[in-house]
Amino acid sequence: MSNDVLAIATILGMALATYATQAGGLWLMGRVTPSPRIESWLRHIPGAVLMSIVAPAALASGPADAAAALFTAVVAARTRNLLLSIMLGVAAAWALRRVM
Amino acid sequence: MNQRVTYTLSGALAGARQTVPLAISAFAVAVVFGILARQVGLSLLASGLMSALVFAGASQFIAIGLWATPLPVFIIISTTLIVNLRHLLMGAALRSWFSGLSAPKAYSTIFFMTDESWPLAIRDFMAGGRDAAFMLGSGLTLFPCWVGGTVVGRFIGTGIQSKDLATWALDFIFTALFTALLVSMWRGKSDILPWATAVVVALAASRWLPGTWYILLGGIAGSLVGALRDTRSAEPGSQEPQQEPQYVE
Repeated sequence: MSNDVLAIATILGMALATYATQAGGLWLMGRVTPSPRIESWLRHIPGAVLMSIVAPAALASGPADAAAALFTAVVAARTRNLLLSIMLGVAAAWALRRVM
Repeated sequence: MNQRVTYTLSGALAGARQTVPLAISAFAVAVVFGILARQVGLSLLASGLMSALVFAGASQFIAIGLWATPLPVFIIISTTLIVNLRHLLMGAALRSWFSGLSAPKAYSTIFFMTDESWPLAIRDFMAGGRDAAFMLGSGLTLFPCWVGGTVVGRFIGTGIQSKDLATWALDFIFTALFTALLVSMWRGKSDILPWATAVVVALAASRWLPGTWYILLGGIAGSLVGALRDTRSAEPGSQEPQQEPQYVE
């Protein structure tokens, strides 16, 4: 039982740490008057963060995943349909992992 | 950028609608999380609470990986903080949405900013969407799936391994999603330099640094390079600092 109390205390600590990172970005930006450079920096964040998530997942886990990611990008560019891109991308990954 | 930010039911419904496919896959991932949580000895209450209160997939999986007896409380909490530091950048990128809201609305809605809801919200924002309730609707759609999936997985328990996801390539869902979102964010040649920088830094960091530092480092490096390039090529003094109308308390 006391084991569970410690576990729940740890979970509460994790929750606070996570919320601090979420609210922290808002709080900081509410206090800084953005210069053109900061405005430009903020505009570049989403693409750079997403690229940083995708690149290791797509490029560092083998040729099958890299090819499937490329295929997903082509489908997304052609169709502009998120769900279709995901479904065809996963199907491509499944097939390519078997043959590559 | 200068339109007024609203917070309406229809915005929340739009967010919910666009999140449905992701919520289904989030449920599947949460089932796996619940199964792993049982294997390391988390109670049903603790598993459910973690998904409901932390509500951040990557850091939860890492915490389960660190879970041991005696419990390394400090290491788990500090790792959670580091893994989630990327939220600072993600929240900052949505500043224009949230600075138009009252503090209670902004600081409660930000709880629902996750790796799944954020890219959808950013895409909506870049397409001209100015209804910040989009993120609330997206988060409220994910939340029951994430918590419910955790509870279901905790009940199912043994027998299923996370490698079964790889068998069906379901672990590729997130790569596919993020790839498709990236394509929709492409604004032209000016993105090449910051994106290429992000790729190089993220690949190097993922190779030589532990955990998810690569996301933070790649995101910072790519966005900084883009900002430096933009403001260096602009004529000195030609850009006035732009004050946005909604940027008033």
